[in-house]
Amino acid sequence: MKLSNVPSHFRIPKLSYRVWKVWMRDRDVLMKTYKTTFLPPLLEPILYLLAMGFGLGGFVQLIDGESYIQFIAPALVAVSMMFSSFFECTYGSFVRMYYQKTFDAIIATPVSLEEVIAGEILWGATKSLINSSIVLGVIAAFGLTPSPLFLLIPPISFLVGLLFSAIAMCFTAISPTINSFEYPTFLFITPMFLLSGTFFPLTALPASLQILAQLFLPLTHAVTLARGLVLGRLELTLLLNLAWLLVVTPFFFVLSINLMKKRLIK
Amino acid sequence: MQSEVLIEAEKLTKKFGDLVAVDGISFKILKGECFGFLGPNGAGKTTTMKMIHCVLPSTMGELTVAGMDVARNGREIKQMIGVAPQEDNLDPDFTVFHNLIVYARYFDISKAEAKKRADELLNFVQLEEKRDVIIEHLSVGMKRRLILARALLNEPQILILDEPTTGLDPQARHLIWSKIRSLQKQGVTIVLTTHYMDEAAKLCDRLIIMDHGKIIEEGNPPDLVKKHVGEEVLEVAHDEKVMRLLQETFQGARLEVVGEKIHVFTNKSRGVFAQMLREVPFKEAVIRDANLEDVFLKLTGRRLRK
Repeated sequence: MKLSNVPSHFRIPKLSYRVWKVWMRDRDVLMKTYKTTFLPPLLEPILYLLAMGFGLGGFVQLIDGESYIQFIAPALVAVSMMFSSFFECTYGSFVRMYYQKTFDAIIATPVSLEEVIAGEILWGATKSLINSSIVLGVIAAFGLTPSPLFLLIPPISFLVGLLFSAIAMCFTAISPTINSFEYPTFLFITPMFLLSGTFFPLTALPASLQILAQLFLPLTHAVTLARGLVLGRLELTLLLNLAWLLVVTPFFFVLSINLMKKRLIK
Repeated sequence: MQSEVLIEAEKLTKKFGDLVAVDGISFKILKGECFGFLGPNGAGKTTTMKMIHCVLPSTMGELTVAGMDVARNGREIKQMIGVAPQEDNLDPDFTVFHNLIVYARYFDISKAEAKKRADELLNFVQLEEKRDVIIEHLSVGMKRRLILARALLNEPQILILDEPTTGLDPQARHLIWSKIRSLQKQGVTIVLTTHYMDEAAKLCDRLIIMDHGKIIEEGNPPDLVKKHVGEEVLEVAHDEKVMRLLQETFQGARLEVVGEKIHVFTNKSRGVFAQMLREVPFKEAVIRDANLEDVFLKLTGRRLRK
């Protein structure tokens, strides 16, 4: 296939090691502000565990032989992957692109716009890794990680973070203002937070919704993987969840970079 | 002087949809000179700058920097250009010093070298005392100086300055000017845009005046002044009788009513206005040197732009 036949939204970007220079810039900012940015991922899961695990959990029957708090604990890890990376590459990237003109400053150097966007997405994935590891530490401290397989979650959190960062970057590329992010947050992130097998098993949903959730809600796969590893329940279907992430992530990664190019290079 | 062409544009065009921002312009910028782009808002100056430093692709035409095509050798060209943009795009999360360190990284400058250059440049733009201050605590003038320092991190052969002194107080403007001159002495080629005609007249060896995406005039400042508005300008209070008298006295001269005043431009030699005033003392008469602003307004008109 000739290059010109590839739809322009799916041209493979040319990337170099310079991607990491953009990543390092974002890391440097975090190192300067870590005292405030590390607090929410630490405290939020504790609140959920207290309110939903201990509080609500007292009224809920055992699920698959597990207590309610044990059921939601790995889901909280997966949820933090989604929130941290999605918000990093929507609100965070939008501020850097639009208000701070950081992207303009960087592309005046040998770093290309493709590399800036890729660096931002890698950074979003890193935020997913950092935040979900903190949550993982919290649930471990609560004694909610029965299987040592939970140690495999950080690399998966990076992959999940890549996907949500790339999806977020697509929204950033098409959002006219920063307020526009309320739509994907309300229509995409919040439903996913509630309906991806996080707070109740997916099987409680009508069959058609179960299929839709598996096909279109990335968080479903993150929750299933996290729960399988935390509980030490290795099933072959986990490979399907992993495969889904591995196929969909490059698709959105490439799409987001091309959409951003269309937005910023007229 | 050796006149090696460093930047060359041939029928360079940039369209945004139906809008033609830059309309087939051709120019040559020589190594070591200070070259100015003048023009009202929307003339296409910044768009041209952005095409030169390879962040905006052209629609048509040729553009080469140091013999390299901007479309193919963007990275190499950006490596040799320093850019001080119009707007403040410093990193607000970092200190003055850290802004330079992070920026040096994009050019593959080693950490030790970056620190050394950052300190030297802060010294050069007189910001060493603000080294560890967060950006938001800087004045506008300090930010401009830091942006200039940042543009010099990669030791550029070409320095692009997009309105380098807009919004600055006179002290800060003079400081920036003196830095620009000293850089030019070191052999850096300067490409600048400005709205200030005194700035252009002071700094630029050659300049072009753009309007509506086209080049409407080019040359060196003194020649342009002489060619378009002569050597001296007479300003007198506006009055119909005075107007008629001036028309009779200075046949072929250009008379322009500006507010309460009449401006008289002539291609006659220096001294004709003084001689006339000795014979006919007009009210509020002032003779002054013709300047680049007169040229600019003559060529682009007094109508306000968007």
